[in-house]
Amino acid sequence: MSLTKRTFAGLAAAAVMAFGMGQTATAGSHAFEPSKPIDFVIMAGKGGGADKMARLMQSIIEQEGLSSRPVVPTNKPGGSGAEALVHLNSATDPDHTIMVTLNSFFTTPLRQPGLGVDIMTFAPIGRMAEDTFLLWVHKDEGITSFDQFVEEAKSRGSGWVMGGTGKNSEDNIITDHLNATFGLDIKYIPYKGGGEVAKQLAGQQITSSVNNPSEALGFYESGDVIPLVAFTDERLALFPDVPTLKETGNDFSYFMQRAVVGAPGMSDEALGYYNNLFQQVFETDAWQEYRTKKALLGAKIEGDELRAYWETQRNRHEGILKASGAIN
Amino acid sequence: MDVLFSLGQGILVALEPLNLGLAILGVVVGLFVGAMPGLGSVNGVAILLPFTFVIQQMTGSATSPMIFLAAIYYGAMYGGAISSITLGIPGASTAVATTFDGRPMALQGRADRALVTAAVASFVGGTIANILFTAFAPPLAFVALKFGDPEIFALMLLAFATFVGLGGDDIPKTIFSICFGLVLATVGFDIISGEPRLLFFEVQGENLIPGLNAVNWFSRGIQFLVLAIGVYGIGEMIWTINSSRDGVKMSEVNVSFSRIMASIRNFPEAWKGTTIGSLLGFFVGILPAAGATPGSLMSYGVAKMTSRNPQEYGKGAVDGVAAPEAANNSASTGAMLPMMTLGIPGSPTTAVLLAGMVIWGLQPGPALFAEQPDFVWPLIGSFYISNVVALLVNLAFIPLFLWMLRMPFTILAPLIFVLSLVGVYAAYQNIYDVWLMVIIGFAAFFLRMLDYPLAPAVLAIVLGPIAEPKLRQSLLFSDGSFDIFFTRPIAAPITIIALILLFLPLLKLIRDKLRGS
Repeated sequence: MSLTKRTFAGLAAAAVMAFGMGQTATAGSHAFEPSKPIDFVIMAGKGGGADKMARLMQSIIEQEGLSSRPVVPTNKPGGSGAEALVHLNSATDPDHTIMVTLNSFFTTPLRQPGLGVDIMTFAPIGRMAEDTFLLWVHKDEGITSFDQFVEEAKSRGSGWVMGGTGKNSEDNIITDHLNATFGLDIKYIPYKGGGEVAKQLAGQQITSSVNNPSEALGFYESGDVIPLVAFTDERLALFPDVPTLKETGNDFSYFMQRAVVGAPGMSDEALGYYNNLFQQVFETDAWQEYRTKKALLGAKIEGDELRAYWETQRNRHEGILKASGAIN
Repeated sequence: MDVLFSLGQGILVALEPLNLGLAILGVVVGLFVGAMPGLGSVNGVAILLPFTFVIQQMTGSATSPMIFLAAIYYGAMYGGAISSITLGIPGASTAVATTFDGRPMALQGRADRALVTAAVASFVGGTIANILFTAFAPPLAFVALKFGDPEIFALMLLAFATFVGLGGDDIPKTIFSICFGLVLATVGFDIISGEPRLLFFEVQGENLIPGLNAVNWFSRGIQFLVLAIGVYGIGEMIWTINSSRDGVKMSEVNVSFSRIMASIRNFPEAWKGTTIGSLLGFFVGILPAAGATPGSLMSYGVAKMTSRNPQEYGKGAVDGVAAPEAANNSASTGAMLPMMTLGIPGSPTTAVLLAGMVIWGLQPGPALFAEQPDFVWPLIGSFYISNVVALLVNLAFIPLFLWMLRMPFTILAPLIFVLSLVGVYAAYQNIYDVWLMVIIGFAAFFLRMLDYPLAPAVLAIVLGPIAEPKLRQSLLFSDGSFDIFFTRPIAAPITIIALILLFLPLLKLIRDKLRGS
């Protein structure tokens, strides 16, 4: 299969150049060049924010001919990212194994020390963005403000159902925060991915979600769901009329890291190659447009700066999980 | 009228020389990708996605590349049946159910009939699905949304019931087989709690079985194709070797134009399986999370259950080939529906197609039909065209496929063995899965010696991972009460029918006992 992939990737690259529209790969100046297809692990299921983003990055790499070898995305959604983390941890060829991460990158190793995963050993390739969270409800609920939401959710008790993406996931953390801060008793139900959550809300199987904009946008544009509050520091350009939770007087914001990491044991040369590769992806028009359209925030960081960010995030999540009783 | 006009225009665009050429190329590529064990439509579209960027830059529109990918998807659905019938190894997960009766037909010298039935049933299934898609896409998307967790679980229960409640097979052994498949399906990480299950390494990283690196073996779970190819590739091969120890049995093959024409003329005999497959396949296809594989397995079960001669199933029933083949084509069109109207892929292949649409600058979702008619209608038009092209190409290649059957088993057996190994490796790129497949193959042989039916285990490993989270999500909703399956308007009737089917054999048994005494 790799031969066919290579042939077609080569064919595509050749054709792109022939039409004079392609950009030749600029990675030639680096010592490391991939010698086989790159295993691109997605630590979430199909159709969610991480999946869409990973496949977009792969498409950009293919379209612009940035890599001489194809990047092959594989979904490993099992166990809130545990499956993916273990896969990277035991990768036989770390120089050709990379992964796009969510915040389960921080929480899952904390909750499951038995996995033997230390995230500080992963190679810091690049943080492509910080994704944002909003609170969504179906339009037929007739709720238009966050205050109304609190009132309604309070009166319905555990009849109010929040769909999310796994136990102790980002969505669960936000739900716990809402429950604890506003005295609510929202029931949390985990699904395979943000895409499925969006669908459950659109079909009114659940009463609310805390989807990323990229996941809820389709149903937002069709008018099925409405955002009530953003869990960001400032209002999002895409939703200028939606207040932040901070504006309501509650000092809480929460973001999702959208980063690419390399398997533990990746060589410095390979890390340099991928740093450069994803910097190029970041600079493309297609990526910048996606950032704007999907309300992504956060600067591009890599290397030690990214490791320092992981350290902060890990400590923050450790605090959150301890507070919710998920870990001791 | 509006719809017909748009569709007509769409078909005209799809018939433009470039688009037609791409449809033909896509179908041929798909046919071979589908026929190769281990490679399915998802591999085909993923490999060729980069190629479509070139097409897009040439034409400046997203329509032509999408037509190409959709044609591969279609072609692969036709192609999967070919190795299922001629070699007995499922060409793709969607064609597993086709081996149940397709392979016996080939062994009886009716391979041509099986291949023609598969091709024509695929065509009918695809066409019926296209018509449903064209006419009812927006309302059907709404129905798909109304299918919540309890409804999907009830549907899965019904699927299991169709396999248990069938006469003929030994019921306790069938149930054992289902449970065996379900246990295999739970290996790996639990989707809901994230806990590892049956991994043998949960004790703080220490291996429970010394010397076995369980992380490599089981952390990915037991993949469906590992079981399916193990059972139908390796297990079947050993079985044939064992049963033909004195003299090698060869299947007789006669290829002639008149025989193929006769098979086409006799196709209407399989109308029932085709109808069930077309409708059920489409419906299962539009439910996100399901896709063509459960669709084809369920159609096979329902076709067998409603048949007047269920005892013929598994021994070469024409309907047993027609139902899953009509269903997998129909389901693949169905799976396009949530992808295009809701932006949610209904199958792995549509997830790749979705990625393609995003990079071409389209926003699949509820607004796509209204905002991008120039993209949507030619694409739907191309579904119709690709379907006709796939039928013609497939029929034209049938003599070639039959030629494979002429190989003596002494050559065929090693070929099946190699294809099984390569197929599993190609699908998951993990050598442990290949070993597991071989072990399962031997286990399957012994189970078959003891008269255990294995199709239910295959069904269980496909449906288990869908049914289990749905059951648990439903119970989370209801705080652990099973009432939720009996009080919701759609879930209740499905659950009750499923339970009746499950207990039917037991009631029959009691009745027979009473009469006997």
